[in-house]
Amino acid sequence: MTVDTAAQAAYILAALFFILALAGLSRHETAKAGNGYGMLGMGVAILATVVVAIDRQIDGTGLVLLVAAMVVGAAIGIHRARVVEMTGMPELIALLHSFVGLAAVLVGWNGFLAVEGDAAGGEARRLDALGTLGIHHAEVFAGVFIGAVTVTGSVVAFLKLSARIKSAPLMLPAKNLLNLGALGAFAILTAWFVADPQPWLLVVVTILALLLGWHLVASIGGGDMPVVVSMLNSYSGWAAAASGFLLENDLLIITGALVGSSGAYLSYIMCKAMNRSFISVIAGGFGIESSAGGDQEYGEHREINPEQVAELLADAESVIIAPGYGMAVAQAQHGVAQLTRRLRDRGVNVRFGIHPVAGRLPGHMNVLLAEANVPYDIVLELDEINGDFHETSVVLVIGANDTVNPSAAEDPSSPIAGMPVLEVWNASDVIVFKRSMAAGYAGVQNPLFFHDNAAMLFGDAKERVDDILAALG
Amino acid sequence: MIIGVLKEARTGERRVSATPQAVTQLIDLGYEVVVDPGAGVEASFPDSAYVASGASIGNGPAADIVLGVNPPSRPQLERFRPGATLIGILNPALDADLVADLATRPITALAMDAVPRISRAQSMDVLSSMGSVAGYRAVLEAGHQFGRFFTGQVTAAGKVPPTKVLVVGAGVAGLAAIGTARSLGAIVRATDPRPEVAEQVESLGGKYIAIESPEVEVSATGYAKEMGDDYKEREARLYAAQCQDVDIIITTALIPGRAAPRLIDAAMVASMRSGSVIVDMAAANGGNVEGTVPGDVVRTDNGVILIGYTDLAGRMPAQASQLYGTNVVNLIKLLTPAADGRLVLDHTDVVQRSITVVRDGELTWPPPPVHVSAAPTAPASPASGPAADAQVEVSANRRPVPPVRRAALTGALGVAFFVVAALSPSALLGHLTVFALAIVVGFYVIGKVHHALHTPLMSVTNAISGIIVVGALLQIGHRGHPAVTAVSCVAILLASINVFGGFAVTQRMLGMFQRS
Repeated sequence: MTVDTAAQAAYILAALFFILALAGLSRHETAKAGNGYGMLGMGVAILATVVVAIDRQIDGTGLVLLVAAMVVGAAIGIHRARVVEMTGMPELIALLHSFVGLAAVLVGWNGFLAVEGDAAGGEARRLDALGTLGIHHAEVFAGVFIGAVTVTGSVVAFLKLSARIKSAPLMLPAKNLLNLGALGAFAILTAWFVADPQPWLLVVVTILALLLGWHLVASIGGGDMPVVVSMLNSYSGWAAAASGFLLENDLLIITGALVGSSGAYLSYIMCKAMNRSFISVIAGGFGIESSAGGDQEYGEHREINPEQVAELLADAESVIIAPGYGMAVAQAQHGVAQLTRRLRDRGVNVRFGIHPVAGRLPGHMNVLLAEANVPYDIVLELDEINGDFHETSVVLVIGANDTVNPSAAEDPSSPIAGMPVLEVWNASDVIVFKRSMAAGYAGVQNPLFFHDNAAMLFGDAKERVDDILAALG
Repeated sequence: MIIGVLKEARTGERRVSATPQAVTQLIDLGYEVVVDPGAGVEASFPDSAYVASGASIGNGPAADIVLGVNPPSRPQLERFRPGATLIGILNPALDADLVADLATRPITALAMDAVPRISRAQSMDVLSSMGSVAGYRAVLEAGHQFGRFFTGQVTAAGKVPPTKVLVVGAGVAGLAAIGTARSLGAIVRATDPRPEVAEQVESLGGKYIAIESPEVEVSATGYAKEMGDDYKEREARLYAAQCQDVDIIITTALIPGRAAPRLIDAAMVASMRSGSVIVDMAAANGGNVEGTVPGDVVRTDNGVILIGYTDLAGRMPAQASQLYGTNVVNLIKLLTPAADGRLVLDHTDVVQRSITVVRDGELTWPPPPVHVSAAPTAPASPASGPAADAQVEVSANRRPVPPVRRAALTGALGVAFFVVAALSPSALLGHLTVFALAIVVGFYVIGKVHHALHTPLMSVTNAISGIIVVGALLQIGHRGHPAVTAVSCVAILLASINVFGGFAVTQRMLGMFQRS
């Protein structure tokens, strides 16, 4: 047993642990164990790699730098994880994706410096003898490209999610041509780089990829962010896999491919939930294509006050709460959870209906409700609850808009036509918590607000929920 | 649009197709309502009550949408305006003459009795609502003719044995009869070829008598079907035995679109005790019992009373009209998606397609079959569960990729991958193998991820993709490349944030999920 075979064995173990981690995360009962497996796998992998690095006679400064960088990184990471608000989770995850992308870019550049930048060096000669030097060029190029797309894509997603830039989609003319052109240019540059590995080509491709990543995500509206975040997750996996090819490291390849394909599948699930084409998501800019016909007359909406809502709830037999991003923004989840407990104590059957794309992250609402101690078995998803609305006394729509829009089901010309929505309008009464009568992210007016059985409760969701709690006594 | 409520033309019909309460709901949907003079009098709804609900009294048949219980008479039909829509119990499967006549007119005809038995359409199912009224009334009619108490009593004047009632067919009408007879104190037994109804019979206090036969099976349409010879023989033996034991028989056996099956023959009737009563609820469709006269009561030579009323639901006009009116309002609600008083017929909807007999003068009967499975595992509800409903809708929505295109695509990808792999140097092949397999594993391993776990799953995969730290670790600290070391150092820092942050935040999130 040499250090190298031991390290390979450790890598195989780590890869298996990662598979167990993903499998475990699919179910509530095994989720914590899954996370444990993930940490275990990562521990094994890092330990094995450090041993290999020492075995390859890493110099003293290198080792010190290695340990220092890891400690600092761990400290920052754990601190961020501790303090992050659950409502800020999407931003954090998007930002973390950009780190993976950036690391992949740096690893790619390193590969270039160590091999192509040092043509007479030992590593370059070894690869040449194997006949894979050309492949290595291509791997460097691809790794940098995917990594760089992930970096700027994630940064834009982060900025949009944290409302630092406007979340409306960027509409450049011929945006599809721009994307395709960038891909074409990448192919040509790759061929060129394989023939003649010049550093300036690598600089050009890095810039090209950064611009492409920016454009891809900038042209997607804020309402579609859950799919984007999960897609970026997938991209970061492919970036890791590309680095694995570059470094001839199977663990990186396996892990990258795992993350890449599972992320892509997750995005696919969500695209299906929104009735979107998967291809147009990965191509970017599948946001709004037509502006909604805003001239249509919808009639009068009806207003209600918190006392009346409390009365309705007190007399209700069953209540379904349909939360959306507005609940996250207003930080209303704790009030909502308290309201849930209060009603359940009175014997009211309270459940939550979660649309797959509610919030800004897949499963965002579930995390917020879990934070507020809402039991997960009363939190149901679209398919599980959609048939029950007609037997429901009161539906509370809290900060959701497009996900409860009947025009998705009824108006074929609507931009969100065909998207499955929570059919809240089938309940006896629908209370919509909303700040104003403005349209949702998709920019579509919501006829639900003008339904006969719907009433609007205006104001900050958190304050209104507190008012209802006070009125319930 | 204007909705007209007909005064029923059929003699003896006391029901009306809309009550004043239904009229209010129709007006809320944006319609105007005109009621024939005296339309609801027999059902104890005077014209003044309709006026108070906002309707006007006038010429019903001339409206845009005409509501009736029975098919309108010829003279009424002549007064229809072109383009009008008729809604009523039209019995299109049996009444071919009426269907042919309707098809010659420039109108649209919707048959309330053709609503498919899916959960979504239950609120419009008149066969169910009328069946339950009729089942109730059948027991009362039997009691009226029967000379004794239903319930057993021990009194100072002597002991009274309880009445034994046999209900044949446990559909909606049968179940209503079981419940009613049971509540009057009788001993109730029921038979039905569908074993899955046993639970429903028992839930109402009846005793289910199975007809032992290998042929019994779950019906795909929610209705009973005609059975084979062996089954019929066993069935006949069972009825022969029961006839000698029970006091009252209520038969409800109907097969949609066919004559009613003859279940009880003259010999069986002759074997019953004098004073026994049989209510043949299928009398209108030929009768389950030999000797019944549709619409009348007859007494056999041995003193058994055969009731053949065909208007059992109509004998409770107020109740029947109220339920029928609600069914009609629910249908019109479905047909008025915008609640703007405009009727829209959408033939992509299975309910709307099924009930349409004639559309703008064009014959659309019979509709394509709708399958609902009232499986034995379904809960004790009279019709199918929501699962069956969903099935219908899913099959309508799914657009599969044509198999040829799918095969071509798969083939092309396979060839492309083969070429790439075959051209790559052997050193790369091992990595490609690993890569391809890992993609497949990643795809399957999260295949059934619970929706609520999307965020934790994402943050854990995010942490795992921090594995790129391994790459940076391998690059740091090699002599002669200070730039490489510096860059690797930054990469390690970034990836470590990811690894530790990702796992920590996942741990924190998972700690929050709890069961109630």
